[in-house]
Amino acid sequence: MAAKDAPPRWDRKMQQRLARGEAAALGELYDRFASLVHGLAHRVLGDERAADSITREVFAHVWEDPESYDPRQGPLRSWMAALTHRLAVRRLRATGAATLADGDEGGAQELERRVRSASVAARADYIVTSMPVPLRAALERAYFRRRDYRQTAADLGITEEEARRRLRLGLQLLATAHDTGSSGGPPGHGGAV
Amino acid sequence: MTGDADRFEAHGEHGEGAGHDGTAGRRGYGAHEDDEEHGSRGVESAGEEDGTEGKGPEGKDPEGKDPEGKDPEGKDPEGKDPEGKDPEGKDVDGPGRPHGRPSDPHSRPHDPNGPGGPREPGGPGGGGGHGEAGPPRIPLPRAPVEDTGLPLPDAVPAPPGLPHPVLKSLLGAWALAACAPEETAAVEDHLGVCGTCAEEALRLRAAVGLLHPTESLDVDPGLRTRVLESCLGRRPPRIPVPGWATPYDAEVARLDALLQDIGDADWHTPVRLRWFRGEGTTSRRTTVAGIIAHLLSVDGLVAVALGLDDPLETPAEAPTPQARTEAYWRASRFPLTRAVRGPWREQSHGLVRTVSFAGDGSGGLTVPYGGFELPLRDAMVDRAFECWIHAEDIAEAVDYPYGPPAPRHLHRMIDLAARMLPAVLSERRRAGLAGPPRQVRHLVTAGAPGRSLRLEIEGLGGGEWLIPLDSPAAVGSAAHEVAHVALDGVEFCRLAAGHVPPQEAAAGQDGDREAIRDVLYAAASLSRM
Repeated sequence: MAAKDAPPRWDRKMQQRLARGEAAALGELYDRFASLVHGLAHRVLGDERAADSITREVFAHVWEDPESYDPRQGPLRSWMAALTHRLAVRRLRATGAATLADGDEGGAQELERRVRSASVAARADYIVTSMPVPLRAALERAYFRRRDYRQTAADLGITEEEARRRLRLGLQLLATAHDTGSSGGPPGHGGAV
Repeated sequence: MTGDADRFEAHGEHGEGAGHDGTAGRRGYGAHEDDEEHGSRGVESAGEEDGTEGKGPEGKDPEGKDPEGKDPEGKDPEGKDPEGKDPEGKDVDGPGRPHGRPSDPHSRPHDPNGPGGPREPGGPGGGGGHGEAGPPRIPLPRAPVEDTGLPLPDAVPAPPGLPHPVLKSLLGAWALAACAPEETAAVEDHLGVCGTCAEEALRLRAAVGLLHPTESLDVDPGLRTRVLESCLGRRPPRIPVPGWATPYDAEVARLDALLQDIGDADWHTPVRLRWFRGEGTTSRRTTVAGIIAHLLSVDGLVAVALGLDDPLETPAEAPTPQARTEAYWRASRFPLTRAVRGPWREQSHGLVRTVSFAGDGSGGLTVPYGGFELPLRDAMVDRAFECWIHAEDIAEAVDYPYGPPAPRHLHRMIDLAARMLPAVLSERRRAGLAGPPRQVRHLVTAGAPGRSLRLEIEGLGGGEWLIPLDSPAAVGSAAHEVAHVALDGVEFCRLAAGHVPPQEAAAGQDGDREAIRDVLYAAASLSRM
């Protein structure tokens, strides 16, 4: 997406503008990241209003404390995604725990399972939106449009070998969504807060 | 993990299809092998098939067309056919899946041609299979099957004998069920004997389960305002966006969200720009992209007034909205595309940012519109209004739901139109399009109360305005009210946009009919291209 190709300079300037208290910068930040933030929150929580509320929390966090983002640690986009992920998972745990009776062992395990799979799904979404455009385009053809790899190659004007390489690499990247011990830590997102 | 299991199961179900294809493939490769002199060529050709040798289609072409049928695999025609008339019926859902956003992403694993099939037990679906297949079974640097001797193929049901690197490179396509059937069979054979590949296959297969259509499309357009307000409430901005610029900020963001959702082709959907001139409606044909170019060119008037870059590269004949738009349209040699969105969005962000730094006091700066001018604070409301109206045009053209602006913003737009009415009225009068001033034999002294019409706008964002009828310099006065018009807010805006003819504006009317007519026509005349 646009943010993907943006130079880190944009991130740095955005952080400075937010720190300076420029309301227009907040609007631009929203315009660039709202759909990412809302989409991830929705993937974790599966609920429109909860996603709205997480979106509000995420932007409030950035606006109130822009210094908590350090441009040297990585792109603003990953940082926003990690923040969203963290807040959404926290919310999922909290709402789930609230409905659990004391000592409900099975329920607690079930909740953990849900948290874990929501986490993986959200990370996967993030990986897909952030992966290099050529890889995403190949996956999009092969999966959503059901093109085989030769058709994919023809569609994209690349060799069949390249098509195979892109499909494999894309899936390899996507598979890293599973690579995490705990549901809280989103290594796929880069420097979490 | 359950999802994965489903997937594997799904593959199992489709053994039938793969079996058929496998048969075809077997025959194909068998033909090569039978042909003594092609013993080694078979390997080569397999390599070419997959483009591993980088020879790509050239290598294939002659073979595919081979009249002697030496290449009966039937792979070539299929590989070259972009329409994907897979003989295996891979495109069961029809090739015309609309936007690649299947309503049910899980339908994918049920692709009747999924890999797996008969080989399922030996494949990655065999659960811990790769565990047993562990280290001792990995024949990693092993040579292709063919190289080990000719008799081998007889024992293997689907013996395409692809070299290991090729099989490995096929894993992604295999996991996505995007291989030819022979390849699918070959990969699955291989998975039974190669631990590393089996492990990767399992991993990639599981990754496929994570692909979903993006869900980010339906963010509530009203959320932006709520989020920003809640933020600004927690930490007041040091550099706020002036109140008169917030409608513009919000409307542009709303339209941009719509534009983000529409496909490339939608940008070429015809749209008619409509406005009211003199006594009737005028229109001009353009496209969705043309409308954005129009907004970009006319917003450019404000940009230029603020010292920002002019989006027009070639100067317009006149600094009017219409001339600027025409100049922009003319300057583009090719039909406008979605590429126009970037510059438009960038300019609008730049405008909001610049007026924020200029501060609330900059609202008095003059923005020339060619024939007339507006103070900056009104020009920004005017631009917000235009943005909304044209967003509605676009939404209608591409069949997308679109609501009115937030009531607070709508109120500012109505207020601007109401304040502009007296001047337009007197302009129309000078042009002979409105009745002469009455009961006034002398010029109304500036600031004196004059004959007035009460404009009552209903609904959220509405209110009441007294419109002086006989001179823009007069002040509306309840004591001199001669007529009363009641109109819904959105309806009034459509009237002022020239989208509703004045004679059809559903208005509750009371009093001097000529005054009412003149005001409704004047409202329509506020519109322009």
